[in-house]
Amino acid sequence: MNKTVNITIDGRQIMAEAGRNLVDVARENGIFIPSLCYYAHLEQPLGTCRVCTCHLNGKAGVACTEKVHEGLSVVVNTPELNDLRKAVVEMMFAEGNHFCPACEKSGNCDLQHMGYELGIAGARFPHLFEDRIIDFTSTRMIMEHNRCIKCRRCVEEIFTDDGKRVFTYVNRGNETVVGIDYEQESRLSEAQAVNAMRICPTGAIIVRGADMSQPFGERKFDMESVQVEQAPAAKEPAVKTREKKVIATVSLAGCFGCHMSMLDIDTGLLDLLEFVEIHKSPLTDFKKFGKRCHLGLIEGGCCNSENVETLREFRKNCDILVSVGECAIWGGLPAMRNTIPLGECLEEAYLTAPLHEPGAGVVPYHEDLPKILDKVYGCSEIVQIDYFIPGCPPSATHIWKVVENLLWGEKHSILYSEFKYD
Amino acid sequence: MTNPNRTQLLNRLWEFQRRAGYIRDADIQACAQWLDISAIEVEGVASFYHFFHRQPAGAIQIYLDNSIVAEHSGFEAIKTAFEQATGAKMGGVDPSGSFGLFATPCIGLSDQLPAALIGFQPFTNLTPEKVGRIVREMKQGASPESICDTVESNIRYLPPEDRTIFFRECETGSALRQAAALGPAGVIAELKMAELNGRGGAFFPTWIKWNACREQPGTPKYVVCNADEGEPGTFKDRVLLQENPESVLEGMLIGGYTIGASEGIIYLRAEYTWLLPRLEATLADFRKKGLLGKDAGGLKDFDFDIRIQLGAGAYVCGEETAMLESMEGKRGEPRTKWFFPVEKGFLQQPTLINNVETFAAAAHITGMGASVYNQRGIPGSPGTKLISVSGDCHKPGLYEIEWGMPVAELLDLCEAEDPYFMQVSGPSGECISMAEKDRRISMLDLMVHKDIRCGGSFMIFNRQRDLVRVLLNFSAFFKHESCGVCTPCRAGNFILQRQLEKLDRHLAQPADLDTIRNWGAIMKATSRCGLGKTAPNTPIMAMEKFYDYFVARLGQPANSLNKSFDLERATAAYEKYKS
Repeated sequence: MNKTVNITIDGRQIMAEAGRNLVDVARENGIFIPSLCYYAHLEQPLGTCRVCTCHLNGKAGVACTEKVHEGLSVVVNTPELNDLRKAVVEMMFAEGNHFCPACEKSGNCDLQHMGYELGIAGARFPHLFEDRIIDFTSTRMIMEHNRCIKCRRCVEEIFTDDGKRVFTYVNRGNETVVGIDYEQESRLSEAQAVNAMRICPTGAIIVRGADMSQPFGERKFDMESVQVEQAPAAKEPAVKTREKKVIATVSLAGCFGCHMSMLDIDTGLLDLLEFVEIHKSPLTDFKKFGKRCHLGLIEGGCCNSENVETLREFRKNCDILVSVGECAIWGGLPAMRNTIPLGECLEEAYLTAPLHEPGAGVVPYHEDLPKILDKVYGCSEIVQIDYFIPGCPPSATHIWKVVENLLWGEKHSILYSEFKYD
Repeated sequence: MTNPNRTQLLNRLWEFQRRAGYIRDADIQACAQWLDISAIEVEGVASFYHFFHRQPAGAIQIYLDNSIVAEHSGFEAIKTAFEQATGAKMGGVDPSGSFGLFATPCIGLSDQLPAALIGFQPFTNLTPEKVGRIVREMKQGASPESICDTVESNIRYLPPEDRTIFFRECETGSALRQAAALGPAGVIAELKMAELNGRGGAFFPTWIKWNACREQPGTPKYVVCNADEGEPGTFKDRVLLQENPESVLEGMLIGGYTIGASEGIIYLRAEYTWLLPRLEATLADFRKKGLLGKDAGGLKDFDFDIRIQLGAGAYVCGEETAMLESMEGKRGEPRTKWFFPVEKGFLQQPTLINNVETFAAAAHITGMGASVYNQRGIPGSPGTKLISVSGDCHKPGLYEIEWGMPVAELLDLCEAEDPYFMQVSGPSGECISMAEKDRRISMLDLMVHKDIRCGGSFMIFNRQRDLVRVLLNFSAFFKHESCGVCTPCRAGNFILQRQLEKLDRHLAQPADLDTIRNWGAIMKATSRCGLGKTAPNTPIMAMEKFYDYFVARLGQPANSLNKSFDLERATAAYEKYKS
């Protein structure tokens, strides 16, 4: 046993064995440092995901490659550091093509979980929408390169019985992907293959037939929230003094799911209508703005010129504009097409799909039709958006709590269960 | 544990690459069988280095330098000339398969641009006419070796009155004799007294490294010379290896003697393949003179030899731990700092890694004595420094300056034309404006003395140059050269490039300047190695020092609620279907 050293974490004095990994020492002392790639049993830590960035003796550095030594002073929890770690995870979402509602791993995904834990709501970085292939070559495994965060776990953990690697990084720079060796993969046992899927912190490694064995709702991170709402101290008088406000809503390139969600407060909607006038909206079918609105709720991103026009109309006529749901925030599911050139999408849809008679199809174009944009844009790329409500869709209570807060300044807290939507 | 042949993987891949002009699937399989590893692992290595091709890449491969200085010296015209003459499009091969034409980052010839490597032989000061002639001759059967240019050393300035360190007259082997007289501890004491710091750009005290490696109990130990001079605009090591490789080898010998190593390895970037004959001849000469081999330099029980390991195109391999990985036949990914190379370096053995110039300096310091060496330079920063000057000046080339020379003096010496923006130490270094022309170039503490360190690259840009295009060139370089392991560097460089493109297209808003600053800070704080930590330096500094310039590049002052959104551009792809 090495000698014992004194370190401090967030001001707390801790004694630990010299040379041990800081992540472990912190955890044993009840201090959680988030991480995605860390594996305690690897002697040379991977240090790839950078999510465990802290301050080590005053300088930014990752905890997982730090051996504890005498006098080490660690700062984990400050608003700046929390934001730094959050930024790294946001970057992963911006770099890959992550569509949680369409992912087999949802609920079992470390990355998704980390997104919730760090409270990621909006998109600080532009999504890169690089075209990444889905490799179906292997008969058992699917490599979903859109979702890989290059944490290196599979590279260092999955070997055949005779010690050969199954996964390795290939290419370099932004083109780096985890390559799979089909021959070696076929030599893995079923249990080894499933283990590869299990240790992947995202849905990049999928084993056919085993990916849905655990139903949604019963997965690793599908926990019931134990959080209880704070009793709304003096809510009643506040309600009585509410002045009536005007709201507009719209669904751009969305599925109307967020509007369905708005209706989900059921009879609560009747109470709300006492204080809110719903002006231009699919709920009222008003086509044009007839008056100025206090608040505009936008569902969906912009996929055509009409969306852009409508969004700018909303910006002109509303004091506050809110992006509701993932599509409005960064494009969401419709943005799945963003990795593919527009021409290919249109030609596949209208000209070359198997059901079309060869030569008979035509890509619709008419001056009365909106023009399709080269990709789907999040609303904040076109106009200033004041607030974001994440979710797919966000829950009704989440939406209306935010609205109440914005319109009447009423305090609100969003419970974990209301924020977590999958 | 690992197969001992693994260290030879890069060499084996080079053989295949040279034989067929690319690495075939069968070659990958052959390597996998030879090393008893999976094919994907070989694929991973081959695909990391940009001089290895996995598709036919032409019988003769042409690599055109696309660094920023090359861009300013006519890259486009030369590219067009090559495309027309060979029939190959940039990044591809001509229909007959005779020529492959590719762009590559700085090839270490920034003082004689535009330049290209053809069959890894140097062709400098290119003009469209010259390109036409070169291609014509090759089509008639001339080999690149037979028609390539002789690379000029362009040594423009040495300290007056015989104060040069690197080009002083000295007898080969005398420094090693002096080292033996001093003993290992004595050598380290000299280096300490001379305050020699790592000349690759990190400026780590050399004596600490040598001493730490000497104290390591493990054997064997290795001495590695970092000749992977990849920082754009740098060519000082090239000149040193061309003009005075003896001093570099002698520095390695002294290092080997001091730490107790038996093998030295020069990791030479593939861009300098054409230097191999000169280096191999020098090694042969050393062996003949008994300076290498058993009882090297006549020192009993000091068996030491040096070999050369060729890289294969990867800037990040200049990072010492990435270099170790590459030497072990792996992808050149930097290691974590869990162990330092002096503890566990090449093949997990204690390893001393220094830059070409550092070894040469160590030899000279040992040979002339630190007390003489310290008569150059300024207190706290003794000695001289090799600087590669390029860009908008009349006398690009190598300058050996005494530490402490003000920037203005260097600009005068090289006859800079209307200098406006100077990039010091390459894209990962820092930029300075003429307001800082009185800053001295030295190793002194930046905070107190406001001096500027220079790793070796000094690029000058005049007032006519477009700074955003300069930053975009750097940004494309980092995006291409990131090893790809950590997110902040791999994705961050890409994201910064997108922001700079917005600026270039006049679509950026004031908030976008903030994002470049803030996101750059995130990359600096969280990246895994120096590449990602330093890549955002220049954009951040440039926006501080040339603020007005960048403000002028913002989009139309959009009202605060509508963003600059280019609807015409966004619908251009759809307009194709208008009939």
